[in-house]
Amino acid sequence: MIAETGLALLWLAAGLALLQTAMGMMGIRGAGHPELMAAVRPISIAQAVLVIAAFCCLIWVFLASDMSVKLVAINSHSDKPWLYKFSGTWGNHEGSMLLWVTVLGAAGAGVALFENRVKERMLVATLSAQALISLGFYAFLLLSSNPFERLSPAPVDGQGLNPLLQDPGLAFHPPTLYFGYVGMSVAFSFAVGALLTRDVGSAFARAMRPWVLAAWIFLTLGIAAGSYWAYYELGWGGWWFWDPVENASLMPWLAATALLHSVNVLATRDGLRAWTVMLAVVAFSMSMVGTFIVRSGILTSVHAFAVDPERGSFILVLLLLYIGGALTLFGLRVGTVREGNQFDLVSREGALVINNLLLSVILGVVLIGTLYPLVAQAFGQQVSIGPPYFNLTAGSVALLLGVLMAFGPMMRWRRDDLGQVLKRASAPVVLGIVILIVLKFSAPDIGILPLLGLAVAGLAGAASIAPLWKRNLRRTPLFTWGMVIAHLGVAVSLAGMAGDSAFMKERLIAMKIGESTSVGPFQIRLMGIEPVIGANWTALEATLEAKRGNGAPFSLKTQARSYSDPPTETNESAIATVVDGQLYTVLGKSDEQGRWQVRLWWKPMVTLIWLGGVLIALGGVLALVGRLTPSTKLPSNTFLRSTASSRKRQIATISCPPATSSSRVM
Amino acid sequence: MKAKHQRLTLALLALGAVIAAGLLAMTALKDKAAFFYSPADIARGVDTAGTMRLGGMVADKSITRDSDGVTINFVVEDGADQVPVRFRGIVPDLFKEKSGVIAEGQFEGKVFVATNILAKHDERYMPPELAGKMHKTETLKP
Repeated sequence: MIAETGLALLWLAAGLALLQTAMGMMGIRGAGHPELMAAVRPISIAQAVLVIAAFCCLIWVFLASDMSVKLVAINSHSDKPWLYKFSGTWGNHEGSMLLWVTVLGAAGAGVALFENRVKERMLVATLSAQALISLGFYAFLLLSSNPFERLSPAPVDGQGLNPLLQDPGLAFHPPTLYFGYVGMSVAFSFAVGALLTRDVGSAFARAMRPWVLAAWIFLTLGIAAGSYWAYYELGWGGWWFWDPVENASLMPWLAATALLHSVNVLATRDGLRAWTVMLAVVAFSMSMVGTFIVRSGILTSVHAFAVDPERGSFILVLLLLYIGGALTLFGLRVGTVREGNQFDLVSREGALVINNLLLSVILGVVLIGTLYPLVAQAFGQQVSIGPPYFNLTAGSVALLLGVLMAFGPMMRWRRDDLGQVLKRASAPVVLGIVILIVLKFSAPDIGILPLLGLAVAGLAGAASIAPLWKRNLRRTPLFTWGMVIAHLGVAVSLAGMAGDSAFMKERLIAMKIGESTSVGPFQIRLMGIEPVIGANWTALEATLEAKRGNGAPFSLKTQARSYSDPPTETNESAIATVVDGQLYTVLGKSDEQGRWQVRLWWKPMVTLIWLGGVLIALGGVLALVGRLTPSTKLPSNTFLRSTASSRKRQIATISCPPATSSSRVM
Repeated sequence: MKAKHQRLTLALLALGAVIAAGLLAMTALKDKAAFFYSPADIARGVDTAGTMRLGGMVADKSITRDSDGVTINFVVEDGADQVPVRFRGIVPDLFKEKSGVIAEGQFEGKVFVATNILAKHDERYMPPELAGKMHKTETLKP
């Protein structure tokens, strides 16, 4: 009964989405029809309530292990711990698409409830566009992937969930990324709304900015969490594999990062209008491409649930319709987007434009590298594009971006002098060069990319805190703190990536119980192998004792696990975190002489990668809070806040000392 | 900068970025793409320089272990031809004789030295490139 209720709710929500689109589009025609426009906000809230209720129905049937629902029977098992029953709701194709459309609806309701800064006409156009996106996904769910389909006769028990997905991380990883993807849809809808009402300006950018920021925070966290999950769960010792699925989440992040920077130029300086709208379209397109890559089943991974080609084509058609429609609208209306404010190439705006270009180049090479194997396959050639390609292309451009990130925040708006900028950045530049020289002589066999990476991390890290230099820290606005912390996070993360690949030590060995070996600064002894039994798995567990120099020994327990439903084997790594890195251990197989394969890594600095990711997200949160809470105690800043639409005020702004004017980034 | 100029400059910069990305990608793809070959392709004499993927079946009774306990040797076959492979590392759990495998690495002389071994992920699943290859060689069998 619950399943039928869920399906009915889903149909009703789809009907309301159709109504919302139609009434919105008709309402903004001509001079506008207030009676139609007035209905759009309540409808979008009602639609959200219905789709959330439908999603709750699905959670219910999963928690209750109702095996007469096909989706539950295929993807769940009554023995599973309740957390995995719960997260199993979206650990499959249909459920994850329902989650997607639920978040989409909720985001629309969020706009309807809280957005009061833009003109009603633009808001209605935005909600209408948002409903149109939802409509595509409702059609997808209802016509080709009904999550509530019954199975008759009901099986005695379900088939279980892929063991790799039975991890607390899974409970939160997909929703986090979906919030990110869907947040980009709101930015996209705002862009469409602004184009439809011919009102691309700073008001639109200020309305869009919190959504972009929030989406970007979720994407950042989702990527960082996904990377850490792959690191400890797969047992391969790596933290990023340039797997198409990873790229699928990285590409929207790159576009969102570019958008995040350009939307600030539009919101505060009223520049880069068409540019920002275009980026909003690109960012959402990348979210859709990401969904397509992950969910269509054209690629093999734990993420590809659907192997049904019909579904892949459905998402592809949706993708082409939305992107094609948005680009057409952009092409038709770009002429009506008035020219924004002007700036010199050497200026904060100029630096942000180059930031956008470099991010776009990275996005381009990642996109090409991800899609190339698919295109090649269509021509009968099987090819795989892996780390050698991505590290070279994306890595080298990212280093350039790191250098730019060091200088950008030190530049003044509108016009600056290159000599002055270099002078302001002299201390970080010296630090970067010193790191480069010291490493070149002390560790000559480091690869070129890690070497440059460490130097750029030093430069960017030191430069990132420069905007706080000689400022009253208590009066520094939150969004400036946000920028500083996020940029510092990028430098920290870069240091972790470069440090890990520069100094990592690996040992692969077959050991008898009681034997010792060493990796990096650690002495490791294999103490014993014991069988262990878990809820739905059995394992062989190795106890390793690790000791660093004369320090106290500590033990690590790493397992080779076998799951019963479905039968799968996994390596559970054991990781010990110490202050300057991680010791990573994996148990392999035994041989005839009673030796056990053990794989050990000493990964110095590796923890910085995720620490940096958390800092980046934290910076985003601070910026978001700073943007959402109007600060009145900053007299020097209030005139900056009151938009840059007037030329006179701009001139006043550029005459401010750099420390004050730098408060507007992020 | 004049208004018209600025818009033009931005448009040109964007175009430049797209072209730069394309060129960068194309040059890197030329060197770094790893093509997928079967033993039959190797026997046919494809260019074996650089990194590639070799796919096929692990030949029956071909797996041998070196005395260090972590290096294994085996033969990949596709019904028609055979390639000897050496791998140092922990093999995936579903790596076994008479089962599908993809080895990633490069040739050192006649031996394919793998840096990575991909086997079937779980009992239900097989990498599609492998499924395609297996199917092809099976139909080619006399």
